[in-house]
Amino acid sequence: MSGNGGHRCVIEVTGLKTQFDAFVVHENLDLEVREGEILGVVGGSGTGKSVLMRAIIGLKRPSEGEIKVFGEDFFAATDARRLEIEQRWGVLFQGGALFSSLTVAQNVIAPIKEHLRLPDGLARDIAAMKISMAGLPSDAGAKFPSELSGGMSKRAGLARALALDPELLFLDEPTSGLDPIGAAKFDELIVTLKKALGLTVFMVTHDLDTLHAACDRVAVLAERRVIACGTLAEVRRTGHPWIEEYFGGPRGRAALAAKAVGAPAGARLE
Amino acid sequence: MQSATAEFDIELVRGILTLSARGDWCARNLGAIDAALRDFEGDSTGREIVIDVKGLERLDTAGAMVLQRVLKSSANRTEASKIVGAAPAHKALLDEIEGHMGQGPVAPAHRNAFIMMLERFGRGIVDTYFASLEILSFIGLTLLTAARVVRKPSRFRLTSIFYHMEETGLNAVPITGLMTFLIGAVVAFMGAKILRNFNAEIFVVELVGLSVLREFGVLLAAILIAGRSGSAFTAQIGSMKLREEIDALRVLGLDPIEVLVLPRVFALVIMLPVLAFIGAILGLVGGGLVAATAMEISPVLFVGRLQETMGMSNFWVGLIKAPFFAFVIAVIGCFQGMQVEGSAESLGQRTTLSVVQSLFLVIVLDAFFAMFFLEVNF
Repeated sequence: MSGNGGHRCVIEVTGLKTQFDAFVVHENLDLEVREGEILGVVGGSGTGKSVLMRAIIGLKRPSEGEIKVFGEDFFAATDARRLEIEQRWGVLFQGGALFSSLTVAQNVIAPIKEHLRLPDGLARDIAAMKISMAGLPSDAGAKFPSELSGGMSKRAGLARALALDPELLFLDEPTSGLDPIGAAKFDELIVTLKKALGLTVFMVTHDLDTLHAACDRVAVLAERRVIACGTLAEVRRTGHPWIEEYFGGPRGRAALAAKAVGAPAGARLE
Repeated sequence: MQSATAEFDIELVRGILTLSARGDWCARNLGAIDAALRDFEGDSTGREIVIDVKGLERLDTAGAMVLQRVLKSSANRTEASKIVGAAPAHKALLDEIEGHMGQGPVAPAHRNAFIMMLERFGRGIVDTYFASLEILSFIGLTLLTAARVVRKPSRFRLTSIFYHMEETGLNAVPITGLMTFLIGAVVAFMGAKILRNFNAEIFVVELVGLSVLREFGVLLAAILIAGRSGSAFTAQIGSMKLREEIDALRVLGLDPIEVLVLPRVFALVIMLPVLAFIGAILGLVGGGLVAATAMEISPVLFVGRLQETMGMSNFWVGLIKAPFFAFVIAVIGCFQGMQVEGSAESLGQRTTLSVVQSLFLVIVLDAFFAMFFLEVNF
């Protein structure tokens, strides 16, 4: 991992260009994610937040530029190195992306069994603990994904993402579709996990409360690149019209007011 | 980085069991010590224990969970048991995990295999009974909707019908033609071999004509379409069901049967006879080619004898069956699509069922037709 201004960077994206045929999603995009921080990625619909995440986790090959995760270029790495990198990150997809033929517990056990070769009893204990950590009741483990609500699927997806104790966690809109109480608890959970495990989190989100409550830094995606990246205060100072509208709109002001009064989810910022 | 292992020592200090943990207590190292730890848990139940974690290098959630589990195993009767010497980061992790211990078992209970087999057998029979009722009611619903639409021709979805005619009919012509051509040739070859023994090679014309016109042309086309289009219908409608598209149609005031099922049924009922016709002709061509090359029966002789001995009735017998087969295939395909629920696995099961059931019903129907035509001497 390379140093940069005293921070170690877990993810470094330089000069990224991604496109679908002739449609260019990103151009000249630069981004750094520092070790131990929670980075929130925001942007209007269709600005390629999820595509950026897919590019970093190796699902979408960039047409130009370089992406380094843990100091290594995923697309240039050998298969064995890729497998190592993949075991050091966890990914929560937007819909949970649970394997529908397995129960929740089996979903969580699957990566543990595949990569760690632990005895069955221990693997089951670990899975039960992760399921509880993700905020699911203990009877959820025996359920199939089709029997879960949207919010529960997300939590189960998080439990699977945490299965291997990753150093880096990718979350794609983790709080969308959750009720406000559940969303606040989710923010709290991410902050706790970050503190306890030293996690680095890359989070795509629309949720202004989450940005205030959980994120150390915010990256704003617009005009095919990252137009601003820094703490919330720094980002707001750039004065870009979209950022003004985003944080200055009624919802943005409400979230700010909530934070000033005492944010719902163990507010810590700046 | 993963070279260090997880280790522990047990000492008895003034009546207190002390477990000193050392090394990296990370998930991948725990497999090696899990059995020994469980032994210790069994021995130490009810006794006061102290877990000393001063010597820990690294700790992850799995390691913290195992430490808490060891502590809990003794803590049933003694409150004095505790974890000591934790570094601040480890302490935070141990505290976080403590709240998530003691969750119920996640493995489903095992049951007697014989009972389960009996249960599956019984369930299978009951399910089959109800499934047949449901298929019958679905056929009825389709026919009723069709009758309603026929009275109001403006409700015909022509674009959709033509799209499915192209997809299921036109695009299937090459493969259907090739298959029946080859089968026609194979029948001729086998016939030639046996008929030669009786010096009756000329009868290969009747053999090929009868089998291809009456059975193979239409049956092969139907089998192919069941595999090719019946399964596609199930997969299309099934994935629409999974994404709530069917529900969306309903609340928009559109009848899924009218919008999705009828165009597919009409398209197949129109196109399968066409495919059967093409199949029959190409089957005859295949047979004729073998007759000409392997048995010196010239094409002129072949066609002449065909006209002489095969009445048109054989041709009609084959063609009449086609729309019935098409109806069964399309209705089963759509019905199974509508039955998809919940998961991708269900979609897979239903697609399999759709092909199996429509093939089965096509062949049963074919047998009934054979008996019927025999009785009426057609």
